Amino acid sequence: MTKPEGELTWKDLELGAIVTEPGNASQYKTGDWRSGRPLFDSGKCIKCGLCYIFCPEGCIEQNAEGYFDANLFYCKGCGICARECWAGAINMVPEEQ
Amino acid sequence: MAKRVGIEVSLAIGEVVRLANADVIAAYPITPQTHIVEHLAELVANGELDAEYIPVESEHSAMSACLGSSAVGARTFTATAGQGLELMHEVLYVASAMRLPMVMAVANRALSAPLSVWGDQSDVMAVRDTGWIQLFVENGQETVDSVLCAFRIGEDPRVLLPIMVHLDGFYLSHMIEPVVFPEQSQVDKFLPPFKYPLPLHPDRPLTMGAFAMPIIYSEAKKAQEVNLEAAKEVVLECWGEFGKLFGRNYSPVERYRSDDARVLLLTLGGFSETAMTAVDKMRGEGRSVGLVRLRLWRPFPFAELRQAVKNAEVLIVLDRAISFGGPGGPVCSEVKAALYGEEKRPKVIGFVGGLGGRDITPAEFEEIVNKGIEISEKGSDKEFEIYGVRE
Repeated sequence: MTKPEGELTWKDLELGAIVTEPGNASQYKTGDWRSGRPLFDSGKCIKCGLCYIFCPEGCIEQNAEGYFDANLFYCKGCGICARECWAGAINMVPEEQ
Repeated sequence: MAKRVGIEVSLAIGEVVRLANADVIAAYPITPQTHIVEHLAELVANGELDAEYIPVESEHSAMSACLGSSAVGARTFTATAGQGLELMHEVLYVASAMRLPMVMAVANRALSAPLSVWGDQSDVMAVRDTGWIQLFVENGQETVDSVLCAFRIGEDPRVLLPIMVHLDGFYLSHMIEPVVFPEQSQVDKFLPPFKYPLPLHPDRPLTMGAFAMPIIYSEAKKAQEVNLEAAKEVVLECWGEFGKLFGRNYSPVERYRSDDARVLLLTLGGFSETAMTAVDKMRGEGRSVGLVRLRLWRPFPFAELRQAVKNAEVLIVLDRAISFGGPGGPVCSEVKAALYGEEKRPKVIGFVGGLGGRDITPAEFEEIVNKGIEISEKGSDKEFEIYGVRE
């Protein structure tokens, strides 16, 4: 999109609000829904990738050293990664802190 | 030369859809609309119309299939009535909001319960706010002309909206009427090929009907409202063009002996012709009575209506549907709203009648006029009256 959604007027909308740019959902920030974020402890992480597999948002990425982290632009803070991590390497911490 | 033929109006709709060379027809049969789609199925099966006929399992599916066909840029037609229109309900909003042109003939019918297959306008009024352009017709010729115009209006790049053509179930749909069909060459000249600007195609992925957050939904609705409102100009232009080519002229608000009338009746659809007979009789007796008929129902013709009724003292509106627990007839309520801000306006008196196939004869129209005048003079403690109901 040329402008952020909040700046679009009714005249800027495409015919029937059709989305003409494929894949533009990636511009949609879901990270601000979050009330808690996952903290990844590389000391405990065994690089099994279960968090990566279970993340329903597909927002957990593996870095060059093989450890995992959540992309906070998309992470909704659901806590599934922390629940599934059997090594106990992920803790959910409230956003307030 | 085009010649006049006697034909059932439902079949005449099928014939004009053939002349318009529709690409896709998706429909489910329901009384009193069945003959329309039956005839189209026949035309397709006989190879007289090169179209896809999709025999769906419900009206919800019919309308959904029409969305898809319009979205690829196919000229699309469907028809329904009564309960079928209600089953389509949620999809109707999608068609207009996604700006997908298609033409739908609605053979107006009462709604259950009690079950009634006969005509009134309850089905129409329930879909009033779905964002479609909506026309009411009163006879066979007008039905054929309106269906043809509907393709041109809806597919116009300035409009791109679905259109309903409302005709009275049975009273019009099943009548055999004299109709002059245009020649194929005239139709081809009048109706350009449909070119949807953003058709679905694998080479250019699009998302239609995506979700909208609160930050953008109002803008989408405003765009839709402005677009429907602006469609009126194209409707007028199309009818003007049609008049020049075919010699039959149509306007959003039809006036019959109304210019100097002290009392006006207002109707929609086929009952208007009966009302005209009543007007003629009363005029013959020296009474100052005329008729105003709404042909364009959406977008609502505010200016034309105000102009048509401004010199009358009493305006009697006949609705063929009830807004239960509300102001009575939906048409009357809208007419009142349209006139509220006018300095000079007639007294508006509402009647509901002709429900579930109940006829209103010319003599009864006369009685409605008399009652209306009486109420306008003496007042009434009721918002409206159901005409002809046994107490």
